[in-house]
Amino acid sequence: MLQFVIKRFGQSIVLILIVTIITFFLMNLAPGGPSSMMRLDATEEERQAIAEQLGLNDPVVVRYGNWLVNAFQGDLGLSLSSGEPVMDRIMERVPYTLQLAVWTILISVIVGIILGILSAKKRNKWQDHVINFGSVIGLSVPSFWLAIMFILLFSVQLGWLPSSGVGGASLMEQFTSSLMPVIILSTATLPTIVRFTRSSMLEVVSQNFIRTSRAKGLKERVVIYSHALRNALIPVISIIGVLIPRLLSGTVIVESVFGWPGIGRLIVEAAEGRDYNLVMGVTVIVTIVVIISNFIVDIIYSKVDPRVKNVG
Amino acid sequence: MSQTAEANVKGENVIPTSRFRSFFRQLLKNKVAFSAFVFLVVIHVGVFLGPFIWTVNPDAVDPANALASWSAEHPLGTDDLGRDVLSRMLYGGQITLLVGLGSMIFTVLIGGLIGSAAGYFGGWIDTVLMRFTEAMLSIPNFFLALVALTVLGKSPMMVVLVIAFTSWMEIARVVYGETLKWKETEFVEASNAMGSSSMRTLIKHVIPQTIPSIIVASTLGIAWAILTESAISYLGLGIQPPTATWGNMLQNAQQYIWTAPILGVLPGVAITLVVLAYNFLGDGLRDMLDPKHLGK
Repeated sequence: MLQFVIKRFGQSIVLILIVTIITFFLMNLAPGGPSSMMRLDATEEERQAIAEQLGLNDPVVVRYGNWLVNAFQGDLGLSLSSGEPVMDRIMERVPYTLQLAVWTILISVIVGIILGILSAKKRNKWQDHVINFGSVIGLSVPSFWLAIMFILLFSVQLGWLPSSGVGGASLMEQFTSSLMPVIILSTATLPTIVRFTRSSMLEVVSQNFIRTSRAKGLKERVVIYSHALRNALIPVISIIGVLIPRLLSGTVIVESVFGWPGIGRLIVEAAEGRDYNLVMGVTVIVTIVVIISNFIVDIIYSKVDPRVKNVG
Repeated sequence: MSQTAEANVKGENVIPTSRFRSFFRQLLKNKVAFSAFVFLVVIHVGVFLGPFIWTVNPDAVDPANALASWSAEHPLGTDDLGRDVLSRMLYGGQITLLVGLGSMIFTVLIGGLIGSAAGYFGGWIDTVLMRFTEAMLSIPNFFLALVALTVLGKSPMMVVLVIAFTSWMEIARVVYGETLKWKETEFVEASNAMGSSSMRTLIKHVIPQTIPSIIVASTLGIAWAILTESAISYLGLGIQPPTATWGNMLQNAQQYIWTAPILGVLPGVAITLVVLAYNFLGDGLRDMLDPKHLGK
């Protein structure tokens, strides 16, 4: 177990390094270097001063080394557009994205597993076809467009929900303002969980121990919910790890449509303003979050299913 | 069957061709996939031939006639700058569909190369390439795509390349699995025994076997590419106006949602239908390829 954890941890560190290298060198490929990403109204002297201050006159490799050393100490540099530390700008946005992400995962997992079981139990009946059709639609609709349509229906026509913002202090307002973003985000993650639960259920149900428990005369409900489900859900844990990057990509779009001040919105603002340090910082933080959550998912998975350790 | 056997005696490699023929025959049987296929043909033909019939310039601005509703002159009305929406839908569709197809081609090239090389050569090549593939799969690629587009520019070609470089991993894994499977077969062994170079065996005998799986994965990949393009265009970080795409037509739609909701509905419906059709076609093709998958 310990060996597995150490191995996975080492892989995670390598992954994070790869992403920082790709992002850092991509940034420095910009025609004219990162100085071209500063505000367009900066004068030549300002440019030089900033370049000097940021150490942009050093070779790329040296700069990457410096950046890495600082990053390990939690210092991602200063935002070029506001002058505040990048870390602070990211951290003030994180709770908002976290709020959306946690709710989306909870809803996707609970509803997804329920629909997946239903779909498997009613295999090739109309319920199965409806759920399957719905899943394909959910994966095919552009989420930003669905969000606009939701605003058109629920905010403009019906006036039930606010079209943007995070709402006020009251719990009710927070609920109504996060309802649409969470539903939209779920459309990208829910279908995958439904499909995965369904095929996992069907696979388990065809195994011998299920036949045995049916032969023993157990009630169908006991067979499905206490024997089959417990085994079918193990692989579903692993799919959550896969969904986290997709979910975070989704927040970029959903936060932009709903004016939600999370990190997804932040990277778009940073990219529009060509705020080199901020774009780099957000990408790195998001990657670290994804890799750590994958790491945790893998550890849980290997705990629940001892077979994984031998393969991992 | 006899045809295949006969051709094999002659030493011709006809396995892919006969497979394609039965592929198409099976496609006819799968109603959903076939309808999706027909719909896609109609849309592609319509979008590319439409402008020969509807010859209005998609970039002609007419501010006096902005946000007009439908009329004989503008069957789908005009947008915020008074441009003809029908014409922009047609030209925008061309770019959107071409970005989808183009991204798919590069995705297949990159993914196919990495997957087949890793599977066929094995050893450290396998370890390095597949670890790299896993790494790319587990990072939030959308963020990387935004970074790349910010830095490298936003031309249609750049959008195609960025989408391809952030979404080749699925194909690489599919091709990798197939290559591992086929490289153990007798005809590959025979080819090696006859003294073919490993490159020749890979290209002539192993890669052709992986084509059906690549077709399935790339059909689903087009759907993904179109969705990605529309999302980055919506964010204003993709292909820039005045060049229309279905995605960037939606960029301003939110602003006019109160005055001209049709502007927001139309491109979205178009994207959804095309993506839906590619997804149904891909799912259908997979069922045909792997009957075990049916109803699973």
